[in-house]
Amino acid sequence: MSALKIKKGSTKHSAYNLRPDFSDVTETHTLAVVVDNEAGVLARVIGLFSGRGYNIDSLTVAETDHEGHRSRITIVTTGTPQVIEQIKAQLGRIVPVHEVHDLTVEGPSVERELALLKVSGTGEKRVEALRLADIFRANVMDSTLESFIFEITGTPDKIDAFAQLMGPLGLIEVARTGVAALSRGQ
Amino acid sequence: MVVQALRDQGVDVVFGYPGGAVLPIYDEIFQQNDIRHVLVRHEQGAVHAAEGYARSTGKPGVVLVTSGPGATNAVTGITDALMDSIPLVVLSGQVPTFMIGNDAFQEADTVGITRACTKHNWLVKDTANLSGTIHEAFHVATTGRPGPVLVDIPKDVQFASSTYTPPQKAKTSHYQPPVKGDLDAITELVEAIEKAKKPIIYTGGGVINSGTAASQLLRELVDSTDFPVTSTLMGLGAYPGTGKNWLGMLGMHGLYEANMAMHDCDLMINIGARFDDRITGLVSAFSPNSKKAHIDIDPSSVNKVIRVDIPIIGDVGHVLEDILKIWKSRGRKTDKEGLKGWWARIEEWKKIDCLSFKQTGPVIKPQYALHRLEELTRNHDRYICTEVGQHQMWAAQYLTFNDPNRWMTSGGLGTMGYGLPASVGVQMAHPEALVINVAGEASWLMNMQEMGTAVQFRLPVKQFIMNNERLGMVRQWQELLHGERYSQSWSEALPDFVKLAEAFGCKGIKVDNPDDLDEAIREMLAYDGPVILDCLVEKHENCFPMIPSGEAHNKMLLGEAKTKDAIGSSGAVLV
Repeated sequence: MSALKIKKGSTKHSAYNLRPDFSDVTETHTLAVVVDNEAGVLARVIGLFSGRGYNIDSLTVAETDHEGHRSRITIVTTGTPQVIEQIKAQLGRIVPVHEVHDLTVEGPSVERELALLKVSGTGEKRVEALRLADIFRANVMDSTLESFIFEITGTPDKIDAFAQLMGPLGLIEVARTGVAALSRGQ
Repeated sequence: MVVQALRDQGVDVVFGYPGGAVLPIYDEIFQQNDIRHVLVRHEQGAVHAAEGYARSTGKPGVVLVTSGPGATNAVTGITDALMDSIPLVVLSGQVPTFMIGNDAFQEADTVGITRACTKHNWLVKDTANLSGTIHEAFHVATTGRPGPVLVDIPKDVQFASSTYTPPQKAKTSHYQPPVKGDLDAITELVEAIEKAKKPIIYTGGGVINSGTAASQLLRELVDSTDFPVTSTLMGLGAYPGTGKNWLGMLGMHGLYEANMAMHDCDLMINIGARFDDRITGLVSAFSPNSKKAHIDIDPSSVNKVIRVDIPIIGDVGHVLEDILKIWKSRGRKTDKEGLKGWWARIEEWKKIDCLSFKQTGPVIKPQYALHRLEELTRNHDRYICTEVGQHQMWAAQYLTFNDPNRWMTSGGLGTMGYGLPASVGVQMAHPEALVINVAGEASWLMNMQEMGTAVQFRLPVKQFIMNNERLGMVRQWQELLHGERYSQSWSEALPDFVKLAEAFGCKGIKVDNPDDLDEAIREMLAYDGPVILDCLVEKHENCFPMIPSGEAHNKMLLGEAKTKDAIGSSGAVLV
């Protein structure tokens, strides 16, 4: 009895191709997650993202309240509105998570990222790199006769733009912190 | 200290297996009589037994295992409990703190391994935190959506002494999920209840987990509104199977009337279920014209699979209470005319009689075996466990569950080998009750060593093995979907179950003729001790009704005979 008449090459013989009909437009959101600063808490958050197939564009974490043993994790993630809602609900379910804020929807917020860029070059390129760094208000942290390390702080877009300009001028290494963000006002 | 903490948490039974890294705790257990320890034969069995205990009592189950292999063997059971929201506290031994990370003997990163399969877990590095952590573990396991938790205790932490913290003094956890639903949302649902012409209540395991009061409230709601009610596999028993509004189980192997009503309804009230893929079938065609309400204590369950119109986050019992209160205060209104027409349609669907079967010939049909089991055990104080596969679905279809906490099965994870150890745990909690494990021979063999536990602790569990010498559900899918190429789905070299029973020191019965079936079941029930009943059934029976995967609720396949008729005309897919 081949009751189902499934065409060759079809994936219908699996129950797992039941894709939901939610919107497939993706959005980027910045989430601030306040957690107990205890062993394994970062692994829980990252494990959630990898285990359920969510994206992490950037992730920053550090203790923010030493007395209260709290850390703040700032995550930039991309997904459909339904996935973003799931991410927030799933994060809220983790026992050591105290608060989950979606800074992208909870009113205006300030986002900053710090990056260090090593640029190597001599002559005209070196002068040009320094001039551009000045325009972008990047600081020179280290200098040798053939290289600079610039420190730049700003939105991820600004850092992207700066890194792109440095490319042809001898950019050899970049270290970025990931986004830290706070909502504006009270 | 561990034993003291368990005692203060009201624990009376622990399921476990000793080993080097938990010897200090076993030494404490040896020197007391308040907590009974059930020695299993494999750690997976300990976890399933604790699940059976928890599911049948509503109390958390407690497991004690050693480090390394003890903990890794427990992982399947823990994952099973996570998927089915069963509260468990698993205590595992660990190598001493100063040896962690050294690849010590029987060391495993237990907290790392179980992070993804527990609700939460802890590694206790200081004895001062031990009792507090155990109390917190019980709190987390039983609060909100229940689930398994694990406390990993290094051996030196077990040896060291410290001040004991009683539960009352333990620091209050910030983990306090709200239980009350939003009243505006509840009022919106009540308005929908008043207007609905074609409503259906779809219940899940959350009703059982919320406690017996929730089941009572559900019954009140159903009876006073006269709405039809269906349930997932996990929710069976919340509304009585003999109740007049009962449509039977829904989903992939659910009843025709239940699935059709789900598809055609105009108001769906999901109470403590999670729109699992075995329930929804094709998501884009799932109940296309209904307003959907979803009551769930876990916010992440809402809008995960199906977009709902009225989400209510809260405990089922509390929310049902508020629904009834508001609905009554507004005058107990329903659209009686609409309901009358709706019930008339449902009665039409019921006439299909999708569970009908014919017992003919000399071979026992599995449906007939369960039908007889139901008839002969109906009036007993009965608890049913199952393994996973065709027999599980048949048990859900052909047995009747009139009360919550009477049905133990592995729903979410679908763990073969669950039923036998679960029956051990249930019988420990209910020594006088009739505990039956409806099993398939292949599933049963996966944890058959636990028969030794049943014999040792004189647990009169009845193993009702429906033996088709096949992995029946795998075989069914291969028949329907893989061109009848039966790859690795038969049970070769099966043991003689009667001799096996005797080897374990219990009773074995074999039956292969429908005429002898009743006598065999009676013999099984009459024997005061564990029994293995090897019931040889039809080898190629398929489990119907069935929603073929990737199809909608109204595209069900019914029985074999009906399907055959349909092949020529309507492309093999009925309705």
